Parts: sequence; C-alpha cells; structure tokens
Amino acid sequence: MPEKPKVAFYWCASCGGCEEAVVDLAEAILDVIAAVDIVFWPVALDFKRKDVEAMPEGSILVSFVNGAIRTSEQAEMAHLLRSKSKLLVALGACAHLGGIPGLANLFDRESILKAVYLEAPSTVNPEGSLPTTHHKDDGHSVELPGFYNTVQALNQVVEVDYSVPGCPPTPRIFRTALQTLLGDELPAKGTVLAPDCALCDECPRKDSKPEQLSIVEFKRPQQLLIDEQKCLLAQGLLCMGPATRAGCEALCVRGNMPCSGCCGPTSRVKDQGAKILSSLASLVAGKEAAEIDRILATIPDPVGTFYRYSLPASLLHRKQLDRASLHEAAASK
Amino acid sequence: MPEIPSSAIESSRERPRIGVYVCHCGTNIAGIVDVRAIVEFAAKLPGVVVSRDYKYMCSDPGQALIQQDIAEHHLNRVIVASCSPLLHEATFRRVLSRAGLNAFLLQMVNIREHVSWVHLNQREATEKTKDLVRAAVRRVSLHKPLQKRRVSINPHVLVVGGGIAGIHAALTLAEAGKQVYLVEREPTIGGHMAKFDKTFPTLDCAACILTPKMTAVGSHPRIHLWTYSEVVRVEGYVGNYKVKVRRKPRYVIEDLCLGCQECVTACVYKEAKNPDEFNLGLSKRKPVYLPFPQAVPQKVVIDPQTCIQFKSGKCKKTCVEACGDRKAIDFTQKETIEDIEVGTIILATGFKTFDPVRNPYYGYGRYANVYTSLEVERLINASGPTAGEIVLRDGGQPKAVGIIHCVGSRDANTNRWCSKVCCMYSLKLAHLIKERTGAEVYNFYIDMRTPGKGYEEFYDRLLDEGVHFVRGRVAEVSDWATHPSEKGRLVIRVEDTLAAFVRRIPVDMVVLSVGMEPQPDAQDVRRLFNISCSTEGWFLERHPKLAPVSTFTEGVYIAGACQGPKDIPDSVAQAGAAAAEAMALIDAQFVELEPYTAFISEDQCSGCKTCIPLCPYQAISYMEEKKKAAINEVLCKGCGTCVAGCPSGSIQQNFFEDEEIFEEIEGVLAYA
Repeated sequence: MPEKPKVAFYWCASCGGCEEAVVDLAEAILDVIAAVDIVFWPVALDFKRKDVEAMPEGSILVSFVNGAIRTSEQAEMAHLLRSKSKLLVALGACAHLGGIPGLANLFDRESILKAVYLEAPSTVNPEGSLPTTHHKDDGHSVELPGFYNTVQALNQVVEVDYSVPGCPPTPRIFRTALQTLLGDELPAKGTVLAPDCALCDECPRKDSKPEQLSIVEFKRPQQLLIDEQKCLLAQGLLCMGPATRAGCEALCVRGNMPCSGCCGPTSRVKDQGAKILSSLASLVAGKEAAEIDRILATIPDPVGTFYRYSLPASLLHRKQLDRASLHEAAASK
Repeated sequence: MPEIPSSAIESSRERPRIGVYVCHCGTNIAGIVDVRAIVEFAAKLPGVVVSRDYKYMCSDPGQALIQQDIAEHHLNRVIVASCSPLLHEATFRRVLSRAGLNAFLLQMVNIREHVSWVHLNQREATEKTKDLVRAAVRRVSLHKPLQKRRVSINPHVLVVGGGIAGIHAALTLAEAGKQVYLVEREPTIGGHMAKFDKTFPTLDCAACILTPKMTAVGSHPRIHLWTYSEVVRVEGYVGNYKVKVRRKPRYVIEDLCLGCQECVTACVYKEAKNPDEFNLGLSKRKPVYLPFPQAVPQKVVIDPQTCIQFKSGKCKKTCVEACGDRKAIDFTQKETIEDIEVGTIILATGFKTFDPVRNPYYGYGRYANVYTSLEVERLINASGPTAGEIVLRDGGQPKAVGIIHCVGSRDANTNRWCSKVCCMYSLKLAHLIKERTGAEVYNFYIDMRTPGKGYEEFYDRLLDEGVHFVRGRVAEVSDWATHPSEKGRLVIRVEDTLAAFVRRIPVDMVVLSVGMEPQPDAQDVRRLFNISCSTEGWFLERHPKLAPVSTFTEGVYIAGACQGPKDIPDSVAQAGAAAAEAMALIDAQFVELEPYTAFISEDQCSGCKTCIPLCPYQAISYMEEKKKAAINEVLCKGCGTCVAGCPSGSIQQNFFEDEEIFEEIEGVLAYA
C-alpha cells in the first residue's frame, strides 16, 4: 500500500472555530482520514512540537494553519511547519487576513496588556504584574512566548501557498479546497481557494437590489424588521457582500443577517474596507455636507465594520505606532 | 474599433527593453535637475537598455534619436522625462508609431512643471526626478498596446448664449453651411451689447453694428433660434451630444405673433407699471411687452407674475381682442422640452456686472444719483428710457459728474481681477456725458489701462477734451456737506495720489464703473456641460495660450466674457475662433478618442449594480439575462469613477490598471 499523503493542522491566534470547521465535515471527515495521514493536530491528537521537529524537511504534504500570528511562539510554529511542509495553507479568516484578533492592531501591546491585566473591572492584580517573556522562580527560569505589538496574517510572517477563506470556512469551501489540494492540478501559488467573484453573485436576494440605490440611513439589524426577500443594502443594512468573496453561498444573508465580510476581498482588491467604503460612499443620498455627515454617522464602528476580518492584511495594517513603539518593533524584527 | 495587431500584443509581452530619454528643455529642466545624474541612474534600472539626454527632446533631432534607438536597440518601451504630457505626449506617441511601436507603450515623466519649475534646490530636484523616473520604469513595463477609438461627428452645433459672441459664432457657422441651434435664456438675443449706445474707441453706434447681425440670426435658414429657453441636460460625448432644451412659455405663439405690439397698446394697464428689465428698472413696462424695439425675435412676451389674467383669471383680455384673428396669445401655453442632437457646443453665456451694493461706501442704492455704468449706458442710449438725455432722477441735468473706476475690480475685498473694459468704457462715458451735457466730468482711476488698437489714442483725445483725471481710489461718496458749495450734492472723497492730498469733489451724479463677474449660475452651467471653472468662476480654457477657446471636454468650446473679462472685439474674435474649432472637428468628420476606457470582466462581475448610478455618462447598463453590468465603450469617457467604486475590483481601466498604478506608487516610494 502506497504511503498516504501527510497532513498537519495547527492553531495560532484564533477562536478555534476553524478546528470546528474541520470536524464539521461530519461523515466526510472519514473520507479525509481514509485519504490522508494526519501527523500533527494538537487540538485532537497527542503530538508534540518535538515530533514535528523530528520530521524530515518537506515531509508533510499540506499544513493547515489557522489563526493570526500574535505571539513569538506562533511565529516559530509557522516557520517550523513551513519548513516541514510542501504546501502551507492559511485556513480561515485569521490566518488569511488577520481576522478578528487583527482588530487589536487598533491598539499596541502596552495598552492591551494594561487594559487586560490592570484596568479590566474583573481583574484582581494588586501587585500590578504584567506578562513577561523571562521568569525566574525558586532558582528555575522559564522563557515564555512574547506578545507582539502587531497582529499579522500568516503570509506576512511566512510564505503561504494557498488560503482558505471564511470565519470559519464553510464545510463546502473546506471540502472543495481539500479536493483541489489533493488533486493533480494545483492552482497558481497564492490563490485563495474560493470563487473569485463577490458574494452578490450567489446571493438569493440579488434580483431585489435596485439599480439606483440611495442610502438615507445605515441601520443595525436590531433596528428594523428585516424583509427576508429584499436586498439588505436596499434596507439600509450594511452588507459587505459586494466587496466580499463568494463561496459561502450567502449563509448569513440566508439567515437574514448582512454579510460581515469574512471571506475577504477578491483577488483584484488590496483593501476590502477601502473598497466597500468607496462604493458605499457613492450611494449615500445626501448632497449637503451636513446631511452626508449625518448619514455617515449612522455607520456603527467603521473600522470594526469595514475591516472586521482584514485589518492586518489591509493597506491600513494597523494604527500608527508612536515613535517609541516603532523603535521597539524595529528592534524585535 | 480597429483591432490591435497580434504582433503588437506579442512584442509587448516580451521582456521589457526600455529606452529612457531625459530632456534638458534648454535650461528649463537642466538648470535645476542634474540631467547627467538622471541618465546614469536610469541606465541601471531593471529593464532599461538605453538612457540618454538631449537639449530639446521634442525637436526633430531629438525625435530622430528615439526613433533610431527603437530600431537599433529593439526597444519595446519608451520613457520621455520632459514637460507635461499635455504638451508633448502626442509628439512622442507619434515617434513610437513611426518606429513601429504601439504609441501607448510610452510613459512620460513631467520633470518640468512637476520638478524644475517648482523646486529651487538642485539636489532635491534631482532626487525627486529619480523617484519619478523609477516609477515610470516600473509602470511602463506593464503597459499594454492600446488603440484609439474613432467616432463620427454630428455636423449640427449648439450655441448657448445670444450675446454678441453667441451671435457671431452662430452666424459664422451657419454661413459655412452648418445647422446651428442658438439657445438664449432671455426673450431676445443681443446680450449686454444691445444695451450700449456707442462702442469704444470708434464711437460706432452699438445698435447700428449689432442689430443687422441680430436680424440675420433671426432670419437665417440654418439657425434655429430658441429664445426664452435654457439647456437642461447634456448627454453623450464629442461629436454626439444629446441635449434637452427647456423652452419657457412666453404665452405668445411665436409663429403667429407678428410683433405689431397692438396687444401692448391694448393691455388693460393703460400705464406701464412694472420695472423694465432691459432698462435696468429705469423705466416701466406692461405685463405684455417687447423687451426693446429692435428685439429679435420681434415677438412679445407675457410676464405671468404681473399679468392680471394669470393673477386673478378675471382680465378682460383686451390683448387677445387686439390680436384678433392672428390668435397669437395663448394663456394655456406650457413649457416644452426639445431634444436635439449636436456634435459640438459653443458656450457664450457671458457675464454679469458687479453689484455695487457690496461696496456700501459708494452709496449705491442709498443716494438716488449714484448710478452704475450700465444704467448710464441706458440713459445715454437714444432708445433708452430718457431717449438719450442724461438726466438725474429728479429730472435735472448734472453740472458735474464723477466716474469711479474699478468698482468690483482690482479690489482685495471683492474681485481681484482687472475687468479690462472699464477704463475704456469710462472714457467713452466721460466723452459722451461731456458732449451731451457740457458737465465737468471727473475720472477717478487707479491706473489707466488702455492697451488695444486705437485705445491709447482715445485716452489722449479725452485728455484734450478737458475731462478731469484724478489718480486715486475713491474712499467714499456721501451727501455730507462741509461747505456751502457741497450742499445738496454728492461729495467724492479721494486721495489724489499724484498731488498727494485728499480732495473733496462735489458732483451731481456719480457713475460707478462696475467690473465684470462670472454669471451667478456659472457653476451649474459648468456642471451641465462638464467643463471646469477657474477659481474666480470663469470657464476654464484648455490652455491659456495654445487652446484658448477649447475646454477639457472635447467638442465643447467657450467664447466671449464667460471665459474672462473682455471687450467686444475680443469676444467676437473668440467667437470666430470657437466656430472655426467646431468646424475643424465637423469637417474632419470623425475624431479619435483616447482609449482610456473602463471595462468589466464578465466572469468577475458579481452584478452588485454599484457602478450603474455612478457613471456620469450613463455608459453602464445591467444585463438582466446575465445578471452582470456592462460598459458601453463608446459612451465611456474614462473618468475612472466606476473603477474606484467597484467593490470587487472587477472594473479595470485601460492605461490605469491597478497593477500599473500600484507599480508607479511603489516606484516613487522605493527610495534608492
């Protein structure tokens, strides 16, 4: 019997949803297990880092890494898996674009640690201890992973061959991606393994979108009784669909919720948030500056809405660091 | 659209072999930019095969140099670092074409207007030039061969504005055999010139030279004269404009009215009660009226604001009775919209005069005998409200008249520009007032500006006629008498800057030589015809020297004072030039358009419809069967709005593809 292709899974800065997505394959996971040999999957199987270190270079066919890179340990694991794998795949929005953890780029390390360890109402920390990378206790010293100033997408840290989009990738997206990777013909390096068209293309409400959309107020889902047939943008809901890659079959929209953009932009777009902004701005009904301002003020949390999954991968990348943090960031590179 | 030969596409896919040519532009560029350093820098950039400099790249030897290099070194991309592409892009594109390369494999770097003319520091200018050249080298590698589009030209012309400029342009075109639509907002053509008595410096009677032209317009078989009408919508593109014209109801059927004015005599108002617009309110008119005796067309108009029939519906309608069988009066007339198709448009929408209420220290509107120059034109005019007699509002004759120059001109508080015509018309008014009344006439001027054929001579003549000239900006006009000789008169207080003391000069009449301003709706008109305005609001010409009547919109020309203050000879000259430009286009029968159109890749478009309302040219439509958007390439003008607006990046624009722009940006930012 010929040796089955080896596959690895790893989890960086993420919620674990992508691991769930793998399990969500349901019975199909049996086919996967029949087709491949899983050599590393910390969430489900008992392998250790040293097991991976012991593997020959390039011996794994595909490593699926989900989660953004937020700590030095995650960066080390990304490099390690890169060297052991023929193909490194960013699985899910966080690895693909930085994801929800990437919104931490609106802050820097110091302010995050301060908020979590000193200021949060539920925190009890009378000594004011903060996480550190070196710790000595009772003659023993330990090295701990460092917490980066900036969250990065996987391909900003190591070379990535493919990305599987979604938060999390739907079973269909993941299954199709897996088939592509195990198939004979690999797509061009860097390809995002989903259709390269915006979500409206597969949206069940597409026909109800008027040609001349004119938005007088942006509404949040709880503010109205949402018509289940009509285009959500036409109802004033901020739907990211026009700027978001298709492939999910418009699951959220079918669930009567606007698309939040998790599959990221199409291959032609460098900055998903900027693109939806420039398209929405042109649909705002107001003519006078004050009226336009009033309409735009109804957009809740603009960065969190337009860049919910893509801030680290966008042209914005992060909030500008002050000079001191910049030096530190440069030194840590 | 002609196809691009496949050989051209293939050669563009080959590895780039770039030639970089840096122009000295005499010392224009070389005086600030270290041209040799740029040549050496460019030679080392990836893909660059040849890098040279030359004193004048645009000259014949300069062009020959590039052409020869293309052949010898098998160049497939060319960069010329010289002046603005507006000036010489066409020149260098022709060089590429002659050498057998597609013209769009050229990239120009503007190192004159963007570098040498705006920087003083040599080192910095040279470094900036390097960045720009690097950007061009990176961009040009991605250029694809493109083909210009050819569109036919509709030979009909729209002229907007029936002042002297519009009249002259319309007649010139009609005489040349073109069909002309002349649209005028007022009920008659003639514009400002029709209000004048004499014209400077020859003192020709304005009516004598204007009215024959007006009549010619009215009767010309190839001119469709639409007065009391406004353009409300313009669609299309050069050679193929679709225009909607709103014809306001004059409540008189133009075809039936003979201009006999019996209705005016018969109007139930025995006395005229409403301010006469043509005479600037210096006389009265009835609700049914002819704007002025020589109006063209000779058709009356009914003002619904003042006509009893419109106000109460209970008029005896004696006008209808007087009109009798001609049945020209129609109270039920509605506005109509006419759709026309033209190939070219000439805008001659004129100017407005400065409202001197904005300079309260001159007392206009407060003192009865402070007039604007235009009002005085009407007073002097033989067919004006006083039949040419210069009388004050109380009927008396002025013994002394002060003419204040530069009201609303050359003034940091109002308009900074010189209105160009005021010195000359003030001299003309001074002469006419002196001639008709024998009054003492004072001119208060800042500088006397009389450049023009026969203008300085006219000024000399006035000096001999005993008109007084006081050099100084008038501080104030008041009725505050400090001496018995000033009692009941207007006192002009001014610093005589030649004699160096402050004068008080009592006069009976003050004439404010008001300057010229853009029309109040110039911005709306600008948007309607998609042209630009200068910061002051004058319509912007494509080039102040070399394309003075063209605009940045192909096929739209400007003439007369809508482009900036000018006198009658200049307006007429511009009108002739605009007509000639339009004819040049019409007689060529087609025009080549830049191929910078946007295109949608059908398999990438999600059909989100975002782009459709964005297009200012209605070039994008939604294909219901495919559920995708499509761009009509003929209508697309390459503005790029849809490209920026497409949320999935599925619209690209020739010559401005994302990759090309990003390469260029990265090239600029990649400090060496």
